[in-house]
Amino acid sequence: MRYIPMTEQDRQAMLASMGISSVDELFSDIPEHLRMSEKLNLPPALSEAELMRHMRELAGANVNLTETVSFMGGGVYDHLIPSIVKHLISRGEFLTAYTPYQAEISQGVLQSIFEYQTMIAELTGMDAANASMYDGATALAEAALMACNASRRDVVVLPENLHPEWKEVCEIYLSNQDVQIKYLPYDEETGTINHTVLRELNPKELACVVVQQPNFFGLIEDVDPISEFIHEGGGLLVMAVDPISLGLLKSPGEYGADIVVGDGQSLGNPMSFGGPSLGFFATTDKLVRRMPGRIVGETVDGDGRRGFVLTLQTREQHIRREKATSNICSNQALNALAATIYLSALGKEGFREVAYQCVQKAAYLKKKIAEETPFKVKFSAPSFREFIVTGDVDWEEINRKLLDEGFLGGLPLNRFGLPNDVLFAVTEARTKAEIDRLVELLGGMSR
Amino acid sequence: MRNKTGVPLLFEVSSPGRRGYRLPDLDVPEVPLEELIPSQFQRQQEPKLPEVSELEVVRHFTQLSRLNHGVDVGFYPLGSCTMKYNPRVNEDAAALPGFSAIHPYQPEETVQGALKLMYDLGSYLAELAGLHAATLQPAAGAHGELTGLWIMKAYHEANGEGHRNEVIVPDTAHGTNPASAMMADYKVVEVPSDERGGVDVEALKKLLGPNTAGLMLTNPNTLGLFDENICTIAELVHDAGGLLYYDGANANAIMGIARPGDTGFDIVHFNLHKTFSTPHGGGGPGAGPIVVSEKLAPFLPWPVVDKEGDKYVLKKPEKSIGRVKSFYGNFSVLVKAYAYIRSHGPDGLRQVSEAAVINANYLMHHLKELYHLPYDRYCKHEFVLSGKLQKQNHGVRTLDIAKRLLDYGIHAPTVYFPLTVDEAIMIEPTETETKETLDEFISVMRKIADEAEADPEMLHSAPHVTPVGRLDEARAARQPILRWRG
Amino acid sequence: MSEKGLLFTKDHEWVRVQGNIAVVGITDYAQDELGDVVFVDLPSEGDQVQEGEGFAVVESVKAVSDIYAPVSGTIVKVNTELEDSPELINESPYEKGWIAEIELAEGVQLDDLMTAEEYEAFIKEA
Repeated sequence: MRYIPMTEQDRQAMLASMGISSVDELFSDIPEHLRMSEKLNLPPALSEAELMRHMRELAGANVNLTETVSFMGGGVYDHLIPSIVKHLISRGEFLTAYTPYQAEISQGVLQSIFEYQTMIAELTGMDAANASMYDGATALAEAALMACNASRRDVVVLPENLHPEWKEVCEIYLSNQDVQIKYLPYDEETGTINHTVLRELNPKELACVVVQQPNFFGLIEDVDPISEFIHEGGGLLVMAVDPISLGLLKSPGEYGADIVVGDGQSLGNPMSFGGPSLGFFATTDKLVRRMPGRIVGETVDGDGRRGFVLTLQTREQHIRREKATSNICSNQALNALAATIYLSALGKEGFREVAYQCVQKAAYLKKKIAEETPFKVKFSAPSFREFIVTGDVDWEEINRKLLDEGFLGGLPLNRFGLPNDVLFAVTEARTKAEIDRLVELLGGMSR
Repeated sequence: MRNKTGVPLLFEVSSPGRRGYRLPDLDVPEVPLEELIPSQFQRQQEPKLPEVSELEVVRHFTQLSRLNHGVDVGFYPLGSCTMKYNPRVNEDAAALPGFSAIHPYQPEETVQGALKLMYDLGSYLAELAGLHAATLQPAAGAHGELTGLWIMKAYHEANGEGHRNEVIVPDTAHGTNPASAMMADYKVVEVPSDERGGVDVEALKKLLGPNTAGLMLTNPNTLGLFDENICTIAELVHDAGGLLYYDGANANAIMGIARPGDTGFDIVHFNLHKTFSTPHGGGGPGAGPIVVSEKLAPFLPWPVVDKEGDKYVLKKPEKSIGRVKSFYGNFSVLVKAYAYIRSHGPDGLRQVSEAAVINANYLMHHLKELYHLPYDRYCKHEFVLSGKLQKQNHGVRTLDIAKRLLDYGIHAPTVYFPLTVDEAIMIEPTETETKETLDEFISVMRKIADEAEADPEMLHSAPHVTPVGRLDEARAARQPILRWRG
Repeated sequence: MSEKGLLFTKDHEWVRVQGNIAVVGITDYAQDELGDVVFVDLPSEGDQVQEGEGFAVVESVKAVSDIYAPVSGTIVKVNTELEDSPELINESPYEKGWIAEIELAEGVQLDDLMTAEEYEAFIKEA
């Protein structure tokens, strides 16, 4: 077989040195009737060339967004990725390493995670970050659980304008630990959280309020009053943020957030049909020991040389078992590495510029749709790189027509119970020509 | 030998105004920012990101990579982690734009290739497990466990048996098992091992009862031993009304040889990053799909891929527990695992397991003269030694042995686990290592046993030739420095 | 030796009773088994504790240990020095490394606790 180096000669020599004649003997502890007498029902083996032909065929059956122009977002975005990201994360020393248990021969991964933690802390304006979680949705669920543990309360407030899939993930994590979820409606005019309804809640019984910034509709929330409200009652402010937006938007730290999470796909990771990405997770010094997940810290060796280790490990499952802060025992290290390389390449100015271009290009499309098509922009609050357009049409049908023209349109929200709405996303990767053409096509598709 | 200073942090070499990437010029008419985002929503304090050139970024991460051990660098016998070769062609497959540049909300008709791949991968995993239906959504083994336990809970509740609140876990279990049970709000009940290293059946009988929701078992277990009483155990748990959960971390030992489903397991997770060779990436991403029996299929998380005529569609199972993660799982990891299975076919996968088991037994056979072997019987893909002779006779601990291995360019085995073995050393060679590498490992382990006798002090201070020496973990944990502050 | 006059539990806590106040810590044996202590999760003043219930957590690099209340009562004082200097538990388990003071609940009996001699014999057996 391709990856098994054992020759027939090796096999005989090894079995002989153990004093056995057949490999079957090594399986003699498996009860006879459990041992498979028939072959697995799987397709036969392919050579490398045959495999790639087959894989290209499968991949070719998908419409890919290097050839089709995407205006779709809703949690996964078509941002530019510097070429060096894929080259550097492909280095075998990173790619084929396990979790850095043996720090002395894992300084590469450990230092890169330390740099990643620093960057996430900088972006979010928080004291500390962990080495990453599975994705934004699971990170948020874990943040809500952490807020319950820290506040010793069991009511979590989620906004209705949170990403619908994130809501579902929170529901399964929280309901299985007897945490109650209260949903907070949004204002029909602005599309942002209804603060009047929030104030009717009793802040003294709330573990936390979650705010997604920008929210699922792409709109910017006014977080200061929410922060003030929840903190007066002794609860925590949990923010779920889009990392690209942090190039411009007020940071969660500046709002006084206690826990910050988000999805890091847009930081140098390909869309890959929605995964893998990474969930980032940051908090304050005060709460750091309650944070789930891997954490890397700086220390020294016997000669005073700087080095990095996994630290605060007693929070984790391999030591605390059923008393751990979470069952998570991995991180999305390679995706976090991609994010670190991405942020390093862009740097301080480049990162801000990505956010700036997103805002300008999205605003351009928004204005053109409002002025040059029969459709309307739905909400009045300021938006970042996404916004909802509404019209009494079948958006899936419109998207089918757009596909014929080489465009992947916005995300039709009928799947989330908003049949007249579509969510457009515009990143720095889009050009004026593409935006103009999209508007032209939409203009010709009025009911 | 060692550098005085390591690789500086990128922040420390930052120079204002330097950039490593150029964006296209903004080509739409610019509007003053305040008109789009009122200033009270703009950040006051800029994030301190490094300012470096492209070449500086490349050099920095290349230098960091050289401080790191990986399967590509050398032997990596880390028990229960299955550090086998990660075939590069699978990376090429996953990087095809038809897989890497597709959006999860694209219309189904534009992602038929991706859905077909997921559908087929699910059916292959079901075949390997001897079970019925799969979800590919869980992002890691521990996430698969949690998903499986939520399904267990939903199943009992649907049967009016929501009072079943205990999950039984052996004392040799991976730490994630009890932690996952805790996350699912189960009470964890620990069952001890017997003198053969398997579940103590008499003790199990006493723990089973009307509150038993299920048993979580790794088989072969973390000692690398196949539980000979597995049929009895399955029957006992089922008779008590519980379900059997199979932790597939050690599935590399049994592909095409035995199937958990045939044994009576109801829920199985696979670690695609172990058994199916997808790279570990320094800690992730992995993937932990689960496969379940027919009666549990209606509870699977949604969406699952189904086939209607010749179309692949995303569906919600009738009693779905919900979503455990955004979208469909770690898709590019799924592509690599699919490619691995297609490269091997049924015979190839069986040969993988046979070779993994031969390699482990070969090492065990030759190392048991040097180190104490607490369970002297055939192992499967891994085995556990104890460093207790070296501790008793020379004051050398397993940690010292592990650190000394690093000096020889070998990654240490998993140490101090399972907790039931004193000074445990858990070794898993995998099938992709040559006999020469195994022989070299035996000779290094012999050298270290000799060194333990002749020069224990040298082992206490090992490693000696790695980029840094033993690091002060107490200092790191007491006054944590978790970021650069400038 | 400083453990004279103290009372001990099988879970390796010590108690120094002064009037209706019990000062509690972990024994020299316990700190040695744990290794370098890196963090102590302290209870809050005013918490009610039941005998045998976990009320604090001591962490070393590689292990975690729940500290069980040797007596029932109310936490009246905690050793906040441990927040910044958890190593006091290693350096001075019976003096500077004390964890909390518990005001004894009505009718608390101390009969189940061991004397220094009994405890010494107990750990020899273990």
